Amino acid sequence: MSVTEGGAPIRVKQQLPLQRRGTWLQDLGDWWTFLILILLVIIFSITAPGFATGQNFVSTTVSASNTVILAIAETFVIITGGIDLSVGAILGLSGIVGATVMQNMMVHGDMPALILGVLAGLGTGIVAGAVNGFVISFMEITPFIATLGMLGIGTGLTYLVSNGTDIVNIPPELSTFGDAVLFNFLGIPALLALVLLLLAWFFLTKTRFGKYTYAIGSNAEGTRRSGVNVKAHLFKIYTLSGLLSGFAGVLIVARLATGSPLEGTNDELNAIASVVIGGASLFGGRGTLFGSTVGALVISVLVSGLVIMGVQPYWQQVTIGVIIILAVYVDQRRYRNRVLK
Amino acid sequence: MPNGVSSPYVLQAQGISKNYGKIQALAAVDFAIGAGEVVGLVGDNGAGKSTLIKVLSGAIMPDAGELQLKGENVRLKSPADARRRGIETVYQDLSLAPHLTIADNLFLGREMFHSNFSRMFGVLNRKHMMERAQQILDELHVTVRSMKSSIAELSGGQRQAVAVARAVLWGDSMIILDEPTNHLGVEEVEMVLNLIRRVRERGIPVVFISHTLPHVLEVTDRIEVMFLGRKVKSLITKDTTLDEVIAYITGSRVA
Ligand SMILES: Nc1ncnc2c1ncn2[C@@H]1O[C@H](COP(=O)(O)OP(=O)(O)O)[C@@H](O)[C@H]1O
Ligand SMILES: [Mg+2]
Repeated sequence: MSVTEGGAPIRVKQQLPLQRRGTWLQDLGDWWTFLILILLVIIFSITAPGFATGQNFVSTTVSASNTVILAIAETFVIITGGIDLSVGAILGLSGIVGATVMQNMMVHGDMPALILGVLAGLGTGIVAGAVNGFVISFMEITPFIATLGMLGIGTGLTYLVSNGTDIVNIPPELSTFGDAVLFNFLGIPALLALVLLLLAWFFLTKTRFGKYTYAIGSNAEGTRRSGVNVKAHLFKIYTLSGLLSGFAGVLIVARLATGSPLEGTNDELNAIASVVIGGASLFGGRGTLFGSTVGALVISVLVSGLVIMGVQPYWQQVTIGVIIILAVYVDQRRYRNRVLK
Repeated sequence: MPNGVSSPYVLQAQGISKNYGKIQALAAVDFAIGAGEVVGLVGDNGAGKSTLIKVLSGAIMPDAGELQLKGENVRLKSPADARRRGIETVYQDLSLAPHLTIADNLFLGREMFHSNFSRMFGVLNRKHMMERAQQILDELHVTVRSMKSSIAELSGGQRQAVAVARAVLWGDSMIILDEPTNHLGVEEVEMVLNLIRRVRERGIPVVFISHTLPHVLEVTDRIEVMFLGRKVKSLITKDTTLDEVIAYITGSRVA
């Protein structure tokens, strides 16, 4: 183009310089995980008798609700370019604290015990998440190390609080609630996960909070220069992650009528896998709750199918580990092609 | 009317000094810029350009000197403080978020809401922001495929244009551009230079820093040359030549 005088319009050649779409994986975009989910369901329906039953639908979606809730937490964190390795540990600690409070308060009646226990569980999650947020935002320790520390702290405290044994003396009302199934297909935990998912989707896509979450993952320094309080936002993100983990912990106590110190072990693995399978980038700035949910369902269906087929449970963990590596590999390939600076 | 009426300048800096240990980065520098003026700031590496810009954009406080904005004495305590007063800086390394849309970037940190109720929950009025963003890009004659494109999908020149547009949107006192034509193709350089001309038409002063002297000569009204922390020469662009500017920059000629 030529040098133009004052009012002439500036035309720039329209081009697609940074997103070279080439490989079939990229063309499939965010849908390839959804296709895998459908494929898994079809394969297991054919090969695993008992998979395509109403009963298995309820039990799979109920156990998936746990992964979905942690994946929601991890989605917010990973979009900011961070990671939370402590979601499983916080889940475990919150459940144990909640169950312990309930057990000790039962003498004052079921309802007070239930309410105090739930509050204690959620409160534990908030406090643990806030500690993560403080360490990351204000002590300026990387999320990986900060939450790895919390993973150790949470796991240790869980055993200290419970003495390593199950807590079974909790209000029966709670497990009646946690066990309920609506219309023969929708378990209460699945319903609650769905409600949380819709709320989280609203906040991530429609509000300033969600916008800053993406902006920080995309360009933290630029976002700070734009006048956004990045540290305060990250503090809120990790606190939110703790709260959601605590919620999942209390929900498991409700479902199983037991507080077990083993709950939450390795759950961060599933949560992170769900999010990266769902197309989020560990480099930050990209990820959707739809994708993470599909990711969580892929894992849950896989686990459920393998269990029904009688595969040794330890193979599930191996499978999920392999899936994480593959999903991150795909992410890096996409990232390199896009040259996001 | 405040006493500013008597001053023809939007921003005036007097006797600005800044030391880093023994290094005198700025030695009693005077600088002034008026409405609709494009002033080029040139000088060799280490001459003090960036330091002066940091003072004008609130990034650092000078050891000595005074700043007047629209005739009023001001102290710019932080970049946020400068932005509140309508001084916008486009940094060399862009402050845009590549994953966000153009509209989301133009309003980053300055979101619009439907009502006070929606502000409470932070519910964005994206439609309104989109329209305002379209309007400002139209006014600046910047064409992009869609307001919903992410910055990552734009060319280098278009990104720079969006960064300048954001500065125009919020900088109602002054705009500072640090090396805005670096790493751009010929066409894109023209686009950015035209953009600067449009900003001048709007009456907003522009400070333009560049090592590429032909760009400086092409778009500025006045050129301020810095040498070892001092402002050594003020040249009227239409009355000077590339050789003369270079002579002052290298110190082979002194005022
Ligand atoms: N933060 C700093 N600490 C120490 N010295 C600095 C700092 N910033 C700039 N200087 C020094 O001040 C002088 C002017 O630098 P600068 O304003 O960056 O020049 P320019 O932008 O014209 O290249 C140089 O000698 C530089 O080394
Ligand atoms: Mg410099």
